[in-house]
Amino acid sequence: MKQFKYVITDEVGLHARPAGLLAKKAKEMKGADVTVTVSCNGKSADATKLMAIMGMGVKKDMEVEVTVEGGDEEAAAAEMEAFFKENL
Amino acid sequence: MEVIQGKSIFGGIAIGPIYFFTKEQKQVKRTKIEDAAAEIKRYEDACEAAKEQLGELYEKALKEVGESGAQIFEVHQMMLEDDDYNDSVKSIIETQMVNAEYAVATTGDNFAAMFAAMEDEYFQARAVDMKDISERVIDVLMGIGEAKSWDEPSIIVAEDLAPSETVQFDKSKLLGFVTKLGSSNSHTAILARTMNIPALIQIDIQEEWNGKMAVIDGFSGEFYIDPEPEILEKYQAKKEEQEAHRRLLAEQKGKPTVTKGGKAIKLFANIGSVSDLPAAMSNDAGGIGLFRSEFLYLESETYPTEDEQFKAYKMVAETMAGKKVIIRTLDIGADKQVDYFDLDKEENPAMGLRAIRICLTRPEIFKTQLRALLRASAYGNIAVMYPMIISVEEVRQIKAIMEDVKKELDDAGIAYGNVEQGIMIETPAAAIISDLLAKEVDFFSIGTNDLTQYTLAIDRQNAKLDEFYDPHHEAVLRMIEMVVDNAHKAGIWAGICGELGADMELTERFLAMGVDELSVSPTFIYPVRQIIREYDGPTK
Repeated sequence: MKQFKYVITDEVGLHARPAGLLAKKAKEMKGADVTVTVSCNGKSADATKLMAIMGMGVKKDMEVEVTVEGGDEEAAAAEMEAFFKENL
Repeated sequence: MEVIQGKSIFGGIAIGPIYFFTKEQKQVKRTKIEDAAAEIKRYEDACEAAKEQLGELYEKALKEVGESGAQIFEVHQMMLEDDDYNDSVKSIIETQMVNAEYAVATTGDNFAAMFAAMEDEYFQARAVDMKDISERVIDVLMGIGEAKSWDEPSIIVAEDLAPSETVQFDKSKLLGFVTKLGSSNSHTAILARTMNIPALIQIDIQEEWNGKMAVIDGFSGEFYIDPEPEILEKYQAKKEEQEAHRRLLAEQKGKPTVTKGGKAIKLFANIGSVSDLPAAMSNDAGGIGLFRSEFLYLESETYPTEDEQFKAYKMVAETMAGKKVIIRTLDIGADKQVDYFDLDKEENPAMGLRAIRICLTRPEIFKTQLRALLRASAYGNIAVMYPMIISVEEVRQIKAIMEDVKKELDDAGIAYGNVEQGIMIETPAAAIISDLLAKEVDFFSIGTNDLTQYTLAIDRQNAKLDEFYDPHHEAVLRMIEMVVDNAHKAGIWAGICGELGADMELTERFLAMGVDELSVSPTFIYPVRQIIREYDGPTK
C-alpha cells in the first residue's frame, strides 16, 4: 500500500469534470489490478466511483489523501501523483 | 410593452420572436413487475442507448462549442456508468419488484437530493445533472423521442433547460433563452456562455408570450416583451455594435501582441478599482499597466488601513495570476480632493501639493501604502510607480523610504516579492532629465494627460481653451520620443498610460518611436492590438 497527500488547486474543487477525469484514470488503473482510494475530511471513496467522489464535496485548497493498492504500487502511486498534479 | 427583470448569465443582446418551449409531460408510474432479471435487462439496454445518445451529443457539442463545453456529455456518460447509481436502480427493481422507469426516477431524485443538500453552490448545481441523465434513460424506456423544433430563429422561453436540450437546439435558430429556473453555475449556463448566447434566468415566464416579439438585454438582465419601436431600434443599434466588437474579439482573442517585424508590445489595462478587473480579464489584458490606487482613498471616510489596501492589491495580483500589475501610489490633490487629508485650498492645485509631494511631506501615509503593496507582492507580480516626479532627489528619497519599509517587514519576518519600481513621466522636468532618472528606476510610464497640460500650459478643465488645445502637439510627441530613447539607453522599458496610449491615430507613430508598453482602458485592448499586429514599419 502506498499513500500520498495532495492539496486541490482546481478553482471549483473535485466537481463534475475533474472527478470524471479522476474516475476515468482510476478505471484504467483498475485494469492493471490497482485500486485507488481518495480520502478527505474523514470520508473516503473508491476513485472509480464518480458520484461518491463528487459527493465528498472536495473544494479548492482542501487536502486529500490518496491510497494506491495492488499491482506495481510504486509505479502506480507515482503515476497517480503526477495525474493529480497535472489535472486537479 | 412588458419589461421583466431577470438575472443575466451571458451579456449580449438578442432580438426576435418568442418560442415557448414545453417538454412532453411524462408521468412515471410505479407498476409491479414479475421478472426482475428481465426488467434489469430493460434498464441496461436503455442505459446503453442513453450513453450512445450522449456520445452523439458529445460529438455535436465538440464541433459547435469545443472540448470544454462538450465534456459535460462525457461526464454524463460516466455518471451512467457509475456503480453506485446502477446498483441503486437494480436494487430498487429487485427488492420492490417495480418497473425500471420508477427505479431510475427514484434513484435520480435521491442522488439529486444528495447534491442539493451540499454546502457548496457549485456542487448543489449538480443536482440538475442527476435529473438530466435520469430523464434521458426514462425517455428511452418510455420510447419518447427527441425534443421538437421550431421554424424561424427564436428566443426560447422555458421553465428550465437541461444541458442536453440546450446543445440539441439548432444553433442557427437559437437567438437566446429565458428560463424561470436555473442557476448561473448550471451546465446550461456554462454552455450558454461558451456558445455566446444571451440568456436570462429567474424570469416568471408565461405561455401566452408565444410568438410575441421580444428583446433580451443580457447586460442589464431585462427582458422586453412587445417592445416599443424606439426600444427596439435602440437595441438593434446596440446589437450591431456588439457584433462588430465580437468579430474583432474573435479575431484578436488570445493572439500575441506582436508587430509584423516581431517586436512584442506589452498591451496592458488601466483600471480604477477592483471592480474593473473582469473587464480587463475578458478583454485579454496582458497585465495591469495602471492601477489607480486613489479609489481606496476616495471611497473612504478616513485613511484606508494597511489591511484594507493589502486585500485590494492582493486580489488584483492573484486575479492577474502572475501577469504584471503596476500600482500607482496615491495621486490625490488637483482635481481629486479628499476631505480627511485636510489640504489647504490652493490658488493653483494642479501645480500644488499633490501626489508624491503629499507622500514625501507625510511619509506615514506613504509608508502604510508601501507596506500594503509589498505584502501583496508575495501573491503575484506587483510593480509600483510613483506619480508627479520632477527630480532625481525625489526618486532617491522615495527609494530610501522603500528600503526602510522593506527592513521593517524583514524584521517582522513578513514575506514580500521582488517589486519593480518605476516612475510616471508627466512633468516636462521629468521628460527633460529622463536620462538621469532612467538610471534610478526599472521603468517609465508616460502620463500624457498631465504632460500635455504642463507642456502646453493649458488647463484641461477649462473648456474655453479648447481651441488652443492640440492633443497631438509636436512638443509632447517629441518629449515622448526622447523619454523612450533615454529609457532604452539605460536598458529599461518605457510605456504610455495616459489617454494618448489608446489614441489609435498615434499607435503606429508610438511603435516607430520604440514604445514598449501601452496601457489603455480594457475596451481599447482589441482595437489597439489589431493595429499593432498589422504594423510592419520600423521599431526601435
